[in-house]
Amino acid sequence: MAVSTPFSSFLRGMRDSLPFILVAGPFGLLFGILATEAGLNLFETVVFTVSIFAGAAQLTSLGLLQEQAPTIIVLLSGLAVNLRMAMYSASLTPYLGDAPVWKRAIAAYLTVDQSYALSIIRFEQEPEMTVAERYAYFFGTNSVIAPVWTLSTILGALVGAQLPQSWNLGFVMPIAFLAVVAPMLRTPAHRIAALVAAVVALPAAMLPFNLGLIVAGAAGMAAGARAELVLNRRSEAAA
Amino acid sequence: MTPETAPPQVFTDLQFWIVCIGLALGSFVLRFGFLGLIGSREMPEWVLRHLRYTAVAILPALVTPLVLWPTHTGGVFSLPHFVAAVLTVVVGFLTRSVLGGIVTGGVVLYALQAMGGG
Repeated sequence: MAVSTPFSSFLRGMRDSLPFILVAGPFGLLFGILATEAGLNLFETVVFTVSIFAGAAQLTSLGLLQEQAPTIIVLLSGLAVNLRMAMYSASLTPYLGDAPVWKRAIAAYLTVDQSYALSIIRFEQEPEMTVAERYAYFFGTNSVIAPVWTLSTILGALVGAQLPQSWNLGFVMPIAFLAVVAPMLRTPAHRIAALVAAVVALPAAMLPFNLGLIVAGAAGMAAGARAELVLNRRSEAAA
Repeated sequence: MTPETAPPQVFTDLQFWIVCIGLALGSFVLRFGFLGLIGSREMPEWVLRHLRYTAVAILPALVTPLVLWPTHTGGVFSLPHFVAAVLTVVVGFLTRSVLGGIVTGGVVLYALQAMGGG
């Protein structure tokens, strides 16, 4: 095992994150275009993306704003999409908890799907990493992706302003949602959660104030959690 | 951006800023929550188990009605939209790629609409 330093950990995090440029770049571009189509100006788009810093939640809330859903529903739905961040935060805590509060705050802001996924795998595989090395690795995974995401959003907003209205980009938003969710369907429990949520959403769409979204989302979560329990028990029984 | 080409905005600026600030603060609290405040205390397993499925539940709940009754067809079922949506999921799932799904869905939708003369 080569001698590692915080700096070499940073570089390794950076290198490991490079494939995700192919996700963050086009996705940022798309978000910038859709934000412009929704009527946001460049300043609003940039503030939105930099302050929230979570593509799926941004897309969700923007989509609901366009559907003219009540503000509280827009907020709750965006936060619901980001609830998984609480799970990421909880699972990173044993590895990153022992640090000054400002450092934990920066790490919290930079907790996204990619940085979490890369880091948790690395931390589990290499328990001998020091806390300083872990932070360096974690920040390394963000060092390219965060600027790429922000810049491509800006580019998208600039491009979006030039696109003719006749291109009819309205349906790109649902397509983007589906493309985000499809790779997440890793386990049977994830697939059951998605299926139940999708099916319940249809009759629930009749509920007022877009409450159907919350009802269907909750049904999907409960189904996923339940399926995980049952499937785990079954595989334990088989083992 | 001249006024006549500016796209129509269906929500108010106030609404936008409430959502932006609320979501920014809320997301930070969710991310900071355990790392920052609870520290090393463990979350109950049943809470974690539900949190694992939030994104895969809420996104399909949001998008399924939009796929079956697209807003800009006036809420009428449209076969090109439906086929594009299904293929997006299939390709996104098989390739594990967000980009692959988006490109597939976009190409299929525009191709079908072009064939249908629409």
